[in-house]
Amino acid sequence: MESAERLDVNHQLGLSDLPYVIQWNDAACTRCGRCTSVCPVQAIEPGVYERRVVESTGATPLPTTVRRVGSCIKQVVDINRRCIGCATCRQVCPNDAIVPVFNPRNKFAWHMNQGGEPYKRGGRRNDTDASVLDQLKFTRISMLTDPALDAGRHEFRVRTYLGRNLPPEKLPIKVEDGLLLPDGMPFIPPVREIFPIRIGGMSVGALSPHMWEGLAMGIAYLNEVENIPVIMCTGEGGMPPRLLKSPFLKYFILQIASGYFGWDEIVHAIPEMQCDPAGIEIKYGQGAKPGDGGLLMASKVLKHIAKIRGVPEFVDLASPPTHQTKYSIEEAVAKMVTAMSMAWDFRVPVYPKISGTRTALAVLNNLARNPFAAALGIDGEDGGTGAAYNVSLDKMGHPIASNLRECYLNLVKIGAQNELPLFAAGGVGKHGNLAANAAALIMLGASGVDCGKYIMQAAAGCLGDEHNRCNICNTGKCPKGITTQDPRIFRRLDPDKVAQRVVDVFVAADKELKKIFAPMGRSTELPIGMSDGLSVSDAAVAKRLEINYAC
Amino acid sequence: MCRLSALVSAEYISPMEPILALETMKEGHDGSGLGLIMRDLGGEFESLKEYPVLSAITTHDGYHTLQDYMVDKGFRVKHRWEPRLKVTPGMKIQKRDKYLVNLYEYPESYEEATSEEKAALLTRTRLELRALGEADKSITVFSFWPDVVTLKEVGDPLEVGEFFGLDKNPVTAKTVFAQGRQNTNYAINLYACHPFFIQGYFTMTNGENTAFIPIREYLGSRGVEGYVGYNSDSEVFAHILHYTRKKLGYPLSYYKDVITPLKGEEMQRRPDAAILELMKRSLRMLTIDGPNCVIGCDIDGTVFMTQDAKKLRPGVVGGVNGRVGFMSEVCGLSEAVPGRDTSNDVFPMKYDLVMVRPGAKEIEVWNQLNGSMSTISLG
Ligand code: SF4
Ligand code: SF4
Repeated sequence: MESAERLDVNHQLGLSDLPYVIQWNDAACTRCGRCTSVCPVQAIEPGVYERRVVESTGATPLPTTVRRVGSCIKQVVDINRRCIGCATCRQVCPNDAIVPVFNPRNKFAWHMNQGGEPYKRGGRRNDTDASVLDQLKFTRISMLTDPALDAGRHEFRVRTYLGRNLPPEKLPIKVEDGLLLPDGMPFIPPVREIFPIRIGGMSVGALSPHMWEGLAMGIAYLNEVENIPVIMCTGEGGMPPRLLKSPFLKYFILQIASGYFGWDEIVHAIPEMQCDPAGIEIKYGQGAKPGDGGLLMASKVLKHIAKIRGVPEFVDLASPPTHQTKYSIEEAVAKMVTAMSMAWDFRVPVYPKISGTRTALAVLNNLARNPFAAALGIDGEDGGTGAAYNVSLDKMGHPIASNLRECYLNLVKIGAQNELPLFAAGGVGKHGNLAANAAALIMLGASGVDCGKYIMQAAAGCLGDEHNRCNICNTGKCPKGITTQDPRIFRRLDPDKVAQRVVDVFVAADKELKKIFAPMGRSTELPIGMSDGLSVSDAAVAKRLEINYAC
Repeated sequence: MCRLSALVSAEYISPMEPILALETMKEGHDGSGLGLIMRDLGGEFESLKEYPVLSAITTHDGYHTLQDYMVDKGFRVKHRWEPRLKVTPGMKIQKRDKYLVNLYEYPESYEEATSEEKAALLTRTRLELRALGEADKSITVFSFWPDVVTLKEVGDPLEVGEFFGLDKNPVTAKTVFAQGRQNTNYAINLYACHPFFIQGYFTMTNGENTAFIPIREYLGSRGVEGYVGYNSDSEVFAHILHYTRKKLGYPLSYYKDVITPLKGEEMQRRPDAAILELMKRSLRMLTIDGPNCVIGCDIDGTVFMTQDAKKLRPGVVGGVNGRVGFMSEVCGLSEAVPGRDTSNDVFPMKYDLVMVRPGAKEIEVWNQLNGSMSTISLG
């Protein structure tokens, strides 16, 4: 018998404390070793066991007890190597012998701050509740005097504008012989006509080269072949130089954030650019981690990333939480919008993106007065990220629905709802309903929406979910090769297949948007602010969003 | 769907004429109301064209409130017209206390006023009267403008016409708009009844305006006095007309470009393509999504019809020299202008804006696609 001291397991975690527990089938397993070799976090390893077995052999068998040594797959009980539930092991197992199972009574939250370091991760807000966006329904079906439209046959225009639309009263127009003609050469802000769902900012450093390439190819195909003008934001950290100087640049929004990474290269490439970018997004905040800057870990800063970003290899790249050269957001917005506009001779829409916040209105009012601000991007709390503190991800930020609605209604009040487009992000497609969430936000007042996590899941099979499955995007060990710079991992991801899925997603979303708009009788213009089309079965939400209550 | 009937005539006509045309289109309206606007008035009004006419319905109390208010503001009654109400057995119309058509002299302080100042005064007065009587429903005011009378009442159009005694004692006019309502607004509210009027511009519409809320919010945000009400999704068409013509100063044809803009590639055939592109973006919120047929009257009396691409059954415009009808159904036109050459009838397609100027000598069809005008002379 072992001593009592040896059985004292206080201060040790057990398998039952971990969020995911591996179930391994001894009988089915052939010990091929595939699972242990793919596990991104080394949560499982080959082990040996010693087992007492009773055997009866020989001509006159007599049961005897023998000790046998065998091999097995063991789950590691180390919080730093905990199973993340990615199920990559299951996917590669030829015998279906291993599966991770979510443990709802795990104690992970109490132990993830070892060494005084708060838990950091990537991914999304771990909240499994249905989002408000998913609760909204489209209830104004056109039955009144005319039947609804036919989504399949009717002509639809599912387009929006990125850029500032001059108020009609300020259009430089004169009347001559019954014709309206241009009057002088005043400044007309640049405007892009785009598909209302965009791919939000995900950087070249955060995403693997194959992922980024796949997205970029998909975008180019959508624009050039499918005639669906989807645009994509680069995120902070520049763009591959070849793409910067390619005719495809026009499908990309270049993001500048507080670290200004990649901008030296971008600015130097301007003389060689064949076309203008779709826009410039100045990132002031991110819905997933308000108040935090970006962080690209040293391990991800490989040669090609270092070159694009204009930094040495293998150093941590932290962007500060704020634009440190600026004193206030008013100043920052005014100066940066103007400076960026000037860099392209006022031909490119420049706009800020902020994280969803109670104070969004103040930023908005400030922008409304700035004749060069092309839009406002608002990123709600359900936005995703490559790396952030868990507490920021889970607890910081503002839900997008009411934030967006409040901003839109404020624009209505000052008559600028068409002048300053709002782009909403954060949780669009969170539960797989990309087009429905987008349409709901549009009817609440958004000119367009951004998606990020949705596209990672749909186009590249990202495994993350709100049960904290995977979500190790910050570690460089992404099992799908999406958020890693390790070629051994990202070569698993085929850029062509990513591109194909990007195209599938947007072609399908285009059809779904039409399926939503058609019964509501809308086809010529996007139903921006058509709030009478929406209902919700929660009276408090209905009141807050100023939409119908229906049950 | 509501039925629309407008007549433009070189001679003064009785409003019963377009009402009788409505009667032939009865299948399409449920008789839940009649709205009438008469412009370019004859008879006793002919010599009083510069005096603003207040068209309203009041309770007894409301009548006193209204009178006191008008006196207080310095308006003096110049002339009164009262409908000779005829209530016959079986009539379903609920008679109200006072149907008011009063012509006023401007307050003395406005003797030297510009037409702009006068227009602002009339609008403000109308809105204030409306506000005074809104809560207790004691005053309903439809228009306050020179040379324009509005009558509205709930009930079968023909019955309403007879109720107002228009068959015997009409307000004659050279332009008459009549609308027979198909009630789609549930509670019947007189303010929801077309045609809608603002500062000399008026429209009536049928169909469903699916983009109503964004349009209403946009108009309401332009800071223009009078862009209120919206008990019907059709009221915005009148205000868009006013906004396009009066506020922005665009020629009438651009009303079409505002409510149903061309696609980007279609614009290129127009000499003003560059402006159209800008307009389309800046006025995006006023794009109607239909399906709607709009009949409107411009400040100079030009009456027009247009519709969006979704309006699958077009309205019709046709007539003879001196008398042209704008109808939602061709049977109405046959009733109103029986002897016309039907080969001259115009069924506006999605790019057309059909116009008839006062005098009704010809029908002009403006084509939005290339900006050209064709004219059908009525001999
Ligand atoms: S589920 Fe993922 S993390 Fe867990 S053991 Fe399998 S491969 Fe490793
Ligand atoms: S699959 Fe990759 S991108 Fe998705 S959650 Fe896991 S680590 Fe992040």
